[in-house]
Amino acid sequence: MAEESEDRKPLLSKKIDKFFTGLADAWNFVRRFFQEVFMPPYEFKEIIQQCYRIGVESLPLISLTGFIVGIVFTNQSRPSLSEFGAASWLPSLISIAVVRAMGPLVTALIAAGKVGSSIGAEIGSMKVTEQIDAMEVSATNPFKFLVVSRVLATTLMIPLLVMYTDFVALMGSFLSVNANEMVSMTTFFVQVFEAITFLDIISSVFKSVLFGFTIGIVGCYKGYNSSKGTEGVGRAANAAVVMAMFLIFIEELLVLQLVNAIRGM
Amino acid sequence: MEEREKVVEIKNLKKSFGDLHVLKGVDLDLFRQENLVVLGKSGSGKSVLIKIMVGLLRQDSGSLKVFGKEVASLKKKELNELRLKIGFSFQNSALYDSMTVRENMEFPLVRNEKNLTRKDINTRIEELLDSVGLPQTINQMPSELSGGQKKRIGIARTLILNPEIMLYDEPTAGLDPITCGEINNLILEVRERYKTSSIVITHDLACAKQIGDRMAVLLDGQFDAVGTFEEVFPNAEDERIKSFYDYNFINS
Repeated sequence: MAEESEDRKPLLSKKIDKFFTGLADAWNFVRRFFQEVFMPPYEFKEIIQQCYRIGVESLPLISLTGFIVGIVFTNQSRPSLSEFGAASWLPSLISIAVVRAMGPLVTALIAAGKVGSSIGAEIGSMKVTEQIDAMEVSATNPFKFLVVSRVLATTLMIPLLVMYTDFVALMGSFLSVNANEMVSMTTFFVQVFEAITFLDIISSVFKSVLFGFTIGIVGCYKGYNSSKGTEGVGRAANAAVVMAMFLIFIEELLVLQLVNAIRGM
Repeated sequence: MEEREKVVEIKNLKKSFGDLHVLKGVDLDLFRQENLVVLGKSGSGKSVLIKIMVGLLRQDSGSLKVFGKEVASLKKKELNELRLKIGFSFQNSALYDSMTVRENMEFPLVRNEKNLTRKDINTRIEELLDSVGLPQTINQMPSELSGGQKKRIGIARTLILNPEIMLYDEPTAGLDPITCGEINNLILEVRERYKTSSIVITHDLACAKQIGDRMAVLLDGQFDAVGTFEEVFPNAEDERIKSFYDYNFINS
């Protein structure tokens, strides 16, 4: 009954009222997700389809980006380390940077652009063409079918994509290190795994889960609440990307503070 | 007519969107197995009325009962049980565009009737596609269908749950006269074959005349005239109804 909100009279100024009602709507949307995610029936087929779309279909873009990031970051770091005669630390430096920050961040930003916008546009167009209403009036649960399945799929697939990006970026880095410093693959990866800790891996997975959830829920929320025809669909897709990217950076900062605090204990 | 069973009872129903008062105290009854046509200008609140009927919107005040149950006071589960008895055919068909025709038809069926075998599901889908004259479209995507075909598939999808009431929102909007006639015939066939009661929202008087047992004209948020086509239109005294009639029949 989204239309009920149209009847609300502004309590303060229109803008402040809109901000707080928007916040309350978003909170209710997230709360509804957690209420419905554990309740049967489960839309397994749709979840698997979405996992395929979000995971497998993102692989080419993620592969290319991860590989380039690995090479570029290695090449950019080399001169600085060489100045101190520490070029041999390149594998350690790259592994820490990729696993702790760049892998999750690059993957999440690409997914926010590719997956977030597609979820926002798809659900938005279903909303404005009354397809969601059609599901509702046929006594089915569109929230479970559209929102729960997509949010679960992004939450599951983004961590896997992050691991894949880490691997591809490290391979790119290895090619650069191998070509310039003549380091073997075994030596490179021994240094890589010596540099990263269990906490690095756990925090990376935790962040990826958080990023995946954010991309899915923001895309679905913006699409589910879109209005005003095709213009609204475009806005929903755009807002899904901008809002997801903004939240990803904030989450990155918060998780970094948390991990640093744990590391200092 | 008064002795027949009422399946929908609307009393003093009001609905506003902000300062826009769409329904200003509407009274209307739908009787079993009748085709009631609701006419009115665009934006007069016709679609709002049937959306309140299926719980997509909530009225501000007044009463709307379907099969004796006040829709606004139903809990989610009760509302869904009621929705199974109501088929809603949307203005733009609202077919799920990422699914084939078969998947569109299956979607409500498999989620509401858990004990069906694959054979039962296929039989039901094929039977309904046959009844709307489009068995060959079963594996097509909605984007491959014409406007008239989409309307037919949309109607078939709503019929798959065996509804007792059909709500048609502008079933002939945007269609050529021949396809309009086919859709009108289909609406009549649906009533005969599935024994449904229907509310048809339209502003097409030719359609209304062909399919409606009674007409209800919604003007300025209230029903100004309710009765058979002959009672309401040819000798209407209200200028607004008269101009509605003149525009549809004389101008066209």
